[in-house]
Amino acid sequence: MIINGVTIDATFAEAFPMKATRAIITAQNEKWALISAQAMTGFATSVIACGCEGSIERILESSETPDGRPGVSIMIFAMGGKGLAKQLETRAGQCVLTSPTAALFAGIDGGIRIPLGKNLRYFGDGFQVSKQIGGKRYWRIPVMDGEFLAEATTGQVDAIGGGNFLVLAESQPQALAACEAAIEEMRKIPNVIMPFPGGVVRSGSKVGSKYKTLGASTNDAFCPTLKGMTKTELSPEIESVMEIVIDGLTKEDIAKAMRVGIQAVCDLGAKNGIKRISAGNYGGKLGPFHFHLQEIMA
Amino acid sequence: MNALTFTLKHRTDQRVDMSPLVCHLLKDLALADIGALTLQSGKRKLRVDELFAIDGSDTQNIIIKNSVDNLDFIGKELDGGCVSVVGDAGAYLGFGMKTGELKVSGNAGLYAACEMKKGYLEIAGNAGDFLGAALPGNKMGMKGGTILVKGNVGQRAGDHMRRGNILIEGNAGDYCGSRMTAGTIAVMGQTGRYLGYAMRRGTLLLWNQPQLSASFNDCGAHTLAFLPILFASFKPLNSRFADATSAFNRVQRYAGDMSEMGRGEVLVKL
Repeated sequence: MIINGVTIDATFAEAFPMKATRAIITAQNEKWALISAQAMTGFATSVIACGCEGSIERILESSETPDGRPGVSIMIFAMGGKGLAKQLETRAGQCVLTSPTAALFAGIDGGIRIPLGKNLRYFGDGFQVSKQIGGKRYWRIPVMDGEFLAEATTGQVDAIGGGNFLVLAESQPQALAACEAAIEEMRKIPNVIMPFPGGVVRSGSKVGSKYKTLGASTNDAFCPTLKGMTKTELSPEIESVMEIVIDGLTKEDIAKAMRVGIQAVCDLGAKNGIKRISAGNYGGKLGPFHFHLQEIMA
Repeated sequence: MNALTFTLKHRTDQRVDMSPLVCHLLKDLALADIGALTLQSGKRKLRVDELFAIDGSDTQNIIIKNSVDNLDFIGKELDGGCVSVVGDAGAYLGFGMKTGELKVSGNAGLYAACEMKKGYLEIAGNAGDFLGAALPGNKMGMKGGTILVKGNVGQRAGDHMRRGNILIEGNAGDYCGSRMTAGTIAVMGQTGRYLGYAMRRGTLLLWNQPQLSASFNDCGAHTLAFLPILFASFKPLNSRFADATSAFNRVQRYAGDMSEMGRGEVLVKL
């Protein structure tokens, strides 16, 4: 399959089951809601070493938030429910509780309930106040700038992590420009996040390593500087490869995000140095969710 | 299906216990069976069809017409469905109510919503003393749900209240929120003496400055983030509380009752 001169490989992205949650952070203005959200989703690029994958899902209008203030929706994904709950609580405690004017609300009403402000309330040292409003419990925790308001719990749902595609370009600036265009479009899709810095990862990995202690190492088949040294997947004109990783609540959400992302890359086309779109998989051994690129773009 | 309607034929000399006439107890009963039920009135037992003209068939939607203030225990332990009272209601309206909706077009007597657990109670007129309170000797009053009173309420509203909302458009009598353990009482009108007497936790939300006892400490003026959420939850109500112009988030906060646990608060609109 070729779109605008860009070859779409007959391959698939391999994804695996995860647990996910969503939280809404509001603040006095968008600037401080974003600062808090960025702190909460910082160092959350990959479950390999961060314990979770997280990112900002989207900016919310005042009319969309529970307290009528500007807000940000964030999502966090982890391999299991316990890990997810721990990450959520730790991050909320260190990044939102501490953030001036911020308040924290559930972003998922259904699912298994996991603590959001439920345990953070003890920071109030007995002065915390519970309010049950409209069937939801909130905690008002006295802090130095006033009160930190946090909903007691949020929902944990089954999700999918590791959807991906690779952008193969003639140069590094061209690969990055294409990925930026893709991310801009993909961020308009709800229920997905692209957890790596700016949504883009340049260090795609393969499973395993020559070093026994490492579970993952550089994806040498797609490293352009190794074209003459390893069993490469790259043709001579490819000088840079970048990957976009997608975590989402459902298979459909991820497929939709991949479609708009790949389309944005293809819109730049071969004349902008974009040669191929490929995807990372492990022969179907890692995860049960397979996203076939040509089917998605059909 | 038409609402099951009980129209009172005449006022009895003695008070009447209306507790059998609730939706969940009448479910699947034929009109004849409902008419044959008996209601305690003083030391007599009266057949329902002796006291009421019965019409309609929808047992989950009950209307009591020509109601007067000696019909007690209307909607007792109501567990789903809707009961509308046209006229006044006696004591213990919605006593121990579990779920469902109970509306009164007139006034209600003592102990309305006493030990209510959940659901919605609306009183268009005034309510008597001990609204949403606990029975004498009991330690737990209202445990959940919402009460809306469009008129005034008597003394001891929310006595021993544990959870839920009491919304009062008019005035509240003395000892409003006494011995509260938690929950919210909002009063748009004036409040009486001994507000929040011995309250442990909970919120009294007031539109007018009360006369507070010395055991409430001024915590200053604050903008509280939970108030917009609280007011937003009132929007579905047919009430002045649903009016956006009634909402505020800037309050003077008083903590008390310091002669008790002292974790309660009185929030006064600024």
